[in-house]
Amino acid sequence: MSAERGLLSQTDRTRRRVRVPFVIGQVVVFAGLLVAGLGPFLWLLKAAISPTQDSIRKPLALFPSGEVQWQNLGTAWQQGHVGYYLGNTAIIAAGTALGSLIVCTTAGYVLSVLRPRWGSVLSAAILVTLFVPHIVSLVPLYLTVLKLPVVHTNLTNTFWAVWLPPAASAFNVLIVKRFFDSIPREYFEAARIDGAGSLRVFTALVLPLSRPILGVVLLLSIISSWKDYLWPLLVLTNPDLQPVSVALPKIAKVTELNIQLAGLFLALLIPVALFLVFQRAFLRGVGLSGGIKA
Amino acid sequence: MVFALPVLLVFLLFSWGPIVKGLVMSLQQTNLVDPVKWVGLENFRYVLADPAVGQATVNTVWFTLLALLFGFPLPVLLAMFLSELRGRSWAYTTLAYLPVITPPVVAILLWRFFYDPSPNGMFNGILGVFGLGPFPWLDSPHSAMPSIVLEATWAGAGNAVIIYLAALTSVRTDLYEAAELDGAGIVRRVWHVMLPHLRGVLLLMLLLQVIGTMQLFTEPLLFTGGGPQNSTLTILLLIYNYAFVNGDYGAATALSVLLAVALAVLSAGFQLATRRWSTE
Repeated sequence: MSAERGLLSQTDRTRRRVRVPFVIGQVVVFAGLLVAGLGPFLWLLKAAISPTQDSIRKPLALFPSGEVQWQNLGTAWQQGHVGYYLGNTAIIAAGTALGSLIVCTTAGYVLSVLRPRWGSVLSAAILVTLFVPHIVSLVPLYLTVLKLPVVHTNLTNTFWAVWLPPAASAFNVLIVKRFFDSIPREYFEAARIDGAGSLRVFTALVLPLSRPILGVVLLLSIISSWKDYLWPLLVLTNPDLQPVSVALPKIAKVTELNIQLAGLFLALLIPVALFLVFQRAFLRGVGLSGGIKA
Repeated sequence: MVFALPVLLVFLLFSWGPIVKGLVMSLQQTNLVDPVKWVGLENFRYVLADPAVGQATVNTVWFTLLALLFGFPLPVLLAMFLSELRGRSWAYTTLAYLPVITPPVVAILLWRFFYDPSPNGMFNGILGVFGLGPFPWLDSPHSAMPSIVLEATWAGAGNAVIIYLAALTSVRTDLYEAAELDGAGIVRRVWHVMLPHLRGVLLLMLLLQVIGTMQLFTEPLLFTGGGPQNSTLTILLLIYNYAFVNGDYGAATALSVLLAVALAVLSAGFQLATRRWSTE
């Protein structure tokens, strides 16, 4: 019987004509990925603590002038206000994630568990937005935030402007709904017979059971908010509220290169750390997105 | 039905509403100063007569083609290779995913430094060792767009690798076994078992990549601002300029609608063509 095998079988793997290129391929691919994946990060770490002239004249040499400027990181954090902007980014990411979680869990609950008669209409209306390119709504979305319909409030230069719009994510609603679909129906019936109302079923049964998928939504929305540039650039014109992604290009224009690169390094550190710690959840989430799209 | 309230509110305000509003606005004159006025197809006429739109379309299609050429096959090959490593592939996927985690602004500012056109620049220095260059990279209208493609490919490949890897785990291995027993070599197993299994995902990723690359924005804005000589002016950059530089929201939405319609026609045609092809 075929145990664990892939395209190559055990006999293939022992054959010289396969084994040698395969091993060479592994070395080449690994080296390539090391340079492309880790290389820029390590170089940035080096450049962040190098004098400007070292980075410009000999970018590939390790501290050619022999000077290591650890103080660059502190200068970027303090005088460059990178620390402050990172704080804004964190606030924006946290609020975005919270908003997304509230919307997609309640929506998933309605569509998967409560299943009202109009559920299929709602489901279709959400699904359809997946097929509309974002660009159609960019300008009108901006004008909406500028003057909210009915209440006529201006949300620009408040965090609400960046917290709320990403919560309208059809993708999040869909993956959460799919996960809720996989919870056995008997659980809900049993809970109902025990006299639990829909709120109690939601908080005491559905949410605790769906921790893995909520983790995925949380991580993906934090990272996408961390990476966002255009939207915060448009709606947060007040520098005191801007996230680090909007601030960095402005810092780059007025700051010396070593401090600039130190700022880039600081801005990269947290997403990379988050990714390395929660790697499994990340890769599962991305794999899931392939499943939804297929 | 309190539970439906958040999703209804958020989608009405920030998804369904703006989509409809975008269609309506493309037929109106809106500049936040004068009262809104219906102008029929005037915005479309204005946009189609603007020579910058032609230039931006050519640039955007050029970017899309280049990105397909470099960016599409690479992750497929990488994922096919990694899936054969089985348990040991996590180190590879972690490395491949690091660029995806990098915030685009950080990546672009960093690459802008790498693209330093002087002979001492990062890339020119490395290529100089092999006697190549120095290249002008972002400074020349010929090489600016390919330089952006290179960075975008680097930034996006890891995501596609993970999706293909996930799809490859569901290939039934007994098919490989059967093919091998029938005397199929490695290349024929790739061609007759692996690729047919991936076909659905491949076609979809192809379409998604085209839709994504047609909406290129952050890279040209931060790398080149559309220059040199408008060689990296993309449709989205032009929409941004219309709306947020000129304050002409009607023209901006009209161009957005045109782009969206083009993408919709493209997707529909693509679906139709590939459906016929896969039922044959």
